[in-house]
Amino acid sequence: MRITCPLCGDRDRREFYYYGDAVYADRPAEGAAPEAWDAYLHLRDNPAGETRDLWYHEMGCSAWIEVTRNTVTHAVLATRLLAERGQTGEGGPSGEGEPKPRRKGKPE
Amino acid sequence: MIRLIEKTPCEALLPVTCGALTLREIVGDRVTSVAPLKGQGAKLATALKKLGLGWPAPNTAIASATAAILWTGRDQAFLIGADPEGLDGLAALTDQSDGWARMRLEGPGAADVLARLVPLDLRGFAPGQAARSQLGHMMAILTAPEKGSFDIMVFRSMAETAVHEIHHAMKAVSARAAL
Repeated sequence: MRITCPLCGDRDRREFYYYGDAVYADRPAEGAAPEAWDAYLHLRDNPAGETRDLWYHEMGCSAWIEVTRNTVTHAVLATRLLAERGQTGEGGPSGEGEPKPRRKGKPE
Repeated sequence: MIRLIEKTPCEALLPVTCGALTLREIVGDRVTSVAPLKGQGAKLATALKKLGLGWPAPNTAIASATAAILWTGRDQAFLIGADPEGLDGLAALTDQSDGWARMRLEGPGAADVLARLVPLDLRGFAPGQAARSQLGHMMAILTAPEKGSFDIMVFRSMAETAVHEIHHAMKAVSARAAL
């Protein structure tokens, strides 16, 4: 499996660390309803098809990447830097950057 | 006072030779990590031009007669062989001179040696390119002093493992070549 790093180009999967669903990048705002936190922390779809998740280019450029891929065909459909999602985002999903209150907050 | 003995990262490990392949240590250059501060990218590029270099695009390296700057990650580059003059206030600067083991792999088949350790196709790797990848399980930075030769940087703490792994691959590639 190869993942196209937006900076480094096509790279072997071994260079990347898998984090989880892309929803981890949309941390609920402070004071959000418990339902929003429950959804953020625990509720995940398990799609047969297109999914978005976060990968860290650990052995490469150290960028966090949002990967859109298909779990049925294993095709990697799109990648982009997580930092490019928000206007001000700089860091990874651990909250190093500015908070990005874009989460819909609706339990699935 | 305790007398400290200065040792290079690959002291007593290098050089090694296998057939026409050689691996030797590169020592002595100052290595500075340069990470642009927010909004200072353009000024930083100008300051680096004064050093005869510039800000390297991803996967590239810029070299002058005496120094080089390598792209080493998102918003990060390594300035090698030059003092970071005029960069104060434009970038976060960290001296990493003693933090890295630097070695040069030369000889016919050098790309075949690295093909056993690095998940990149390095057959066309040429001066002006820089790659951040893995060497075995070690993070590494690769550049090409000339086509077919490689400058390899790994964390200093991993010098012995890196030399062992590269030497092992060198032996295997030369053994095959001798068949």
